[in-house]
Order: sequence, then C-alpha cells, then structure tokens
Amino acid sequence: MTCSEFLAELGDLLDDRVATSLRSDLEMHLKGCEHCVITLNTTRKTIEIYRRHEIYELPEGLRERLHAAILAKCKKGCE
Amino acid sequence: MSAIQTTRSEEVHPDVLLVERARGGDVEAFEQLVKQYDRRIFRIAQHITQNREDAEDVVQDAFLKAYEKLEQFQGNSKFYTWLVRIAVNESLMRLRKRRTGRMVSIDEDIETEEGSMPRDLAEWRPDPEMMYGQSELAEILRKTVQGLPPGFRVVFVLRDVEGLSTEETAEALGLSVPAVKSRLLRARLQLRERLSRYFRKKDGDGGK
Ligand SMILES: [Zn+2]
Repeated sequence: MTCSEFLAELGDLLDDRVATSLRSDLEMHLKGCEHCVITLNTTRKTIEIYRRHEIYELPEGLRERLHAAILAKCKKGCE
Repeated sequence: MSAIQTTRSEEVHPDVLLVERARGGDVEAFEQLVKQYDRRIFRIAQHITQNREDAEDVVQDAFLKAYEKLEQFQGNSKFYTWLVRIAVNESLMRLRKRRTGRMVSIDEDIETEEGSMPRDLAEWRPDPEMMYGQSELAEILRKTVQGLPPGFRVVFVLRDVEGLSTEETAEALGLSVPAVKSRLLRARLQLRERLSRYFRKKDGDGGK
C-alpha cells in the first residue's frame, strides 16, 4: 500500500468505518511508515481540539430576543 | 391530524413529539427545541457568515422560519437536520448579500489540490493546547478554520464540530455522500497542516 492509497482511506479510518478486509492493510502500512502515523495522529488531534473548544459562544441576549420574536409570531398566527 | 411517518426500523426521536406538540399550538414545546439547538445553530451560522450580526439574524430567521413551516416538516428526517438545512440556506443568503458580485455557493466544485498531500510531517507536542492561553487558542482555531474555502468549512463544522453523521451532513447541505467525504478529508488535512505550525514539536523540546 502506498501513502496515497493510505490517505484515500484516512477519512474512513478516522470515522472508524474501515472495512475489516482493509484494516490489516492499513495497519501494515502504518507499521512501516512514520509519516502516515504522524498524519493520522495529528489529524485525529485536529478534530479533537476543534470538538473540545467552543470558539463561538452564544451572544448575550440572543435567546431572550428569540423568545420574544417567537411569542410575537405566535400571537399573530397560532390561535 | 398529521400522520407522522417513521421508518419502521427507527425509534421515534423525542424531537418528533415536541414538533407534534408545537404544531398543535404549544409554544413551550417549540421553545424547548430552540433551547436545545440555538447554540449549535449560532455556531454554524457564525462559521458560514463569519459575521456576528449576520449570525444572530440567521438564528432568529431560521427558528422563525422553522416555526412557520412546521407543517412541512416530515418525520422521516431529524428535526435538527431539517433546521440545519434552513440555517445553512439563510447563512448563505446573508453571505451573498455581503459579498455582492462574488459567487458564494457551497456546491461549487472546489478543485484545489492544496492540502491533499501532507507536507508538514513534524510530530506535535503531547499536549499542544496547553501551549496557549484559552483566548489565544480560540483565536488560532478561529483564524485557521476561517481560512478554509466555505464549501469545505461548512462540511467540517457540521460533521466534525457539530457531530452530524456523514449522511445527515449530505442531507443538510444537499450534497452527495461521496462529496461530503472528499471535502471532509481535505478540510481535515488542510486544518491539520495549518495547525501544525502552532502545535509542532520545536527543536529543543527534547525527546524524539
Ligand atoms: Zn505512508
């Protein structure tokens, strides 16, 4: 397996969706290729870091404004 | 009476019951859906529009539109996915308004080879996030994800940040599953490449 072939499966590998038949080929490649090990580890880390850190927080007051807007709409339309 | 169709193999999602109550005029049921999803919808809108005012407007418009169109919601997709689709469309509309003349589309084919092949192959520090303060780190993450083409960015955000499945992401964006997968991989690799600058082991970190 070449590095390009490995990369083509990287997405499925990260999502744990690799077919069993392919898994041993990928593992074999990783045993002999430090570059792909690093690519795999740092890409996984990239996803984890983005998942862990909320980089945009809900602005203050937005929920209240939304609540008011929905009630206003409801008064017109729900009854 | 609206007959909610559910796929035989799937259980009824609790949202479906809330939607049903909201359709019957129960505003509180709808408000509960709002509270469940407003944070996520705001983040998605902010990621697409990259403008806080626009993102706030999108949240408001998306929920009001969802409320109006509740009758059209069909139980065969998740309420959240349906809502995301509305929010993505609203976000793109705002983005287009700001960038008049420039085509903004998430389904334009992005033919960049950039990022397909990893170049920076340094190892990262074991705990890269600890190298930066909370707000500095947030700034790095914002800047880095903002640098992605919009069509990659939105796929990454829905799939990896907000946790939609590949199929749900495809549904929310009106893309095919293979298109989602290929964009997701390229987005992940480009982000990895760019973050590597900040997180790689430096000479003198010790250990090999
Ligand atoms: Zn390799």
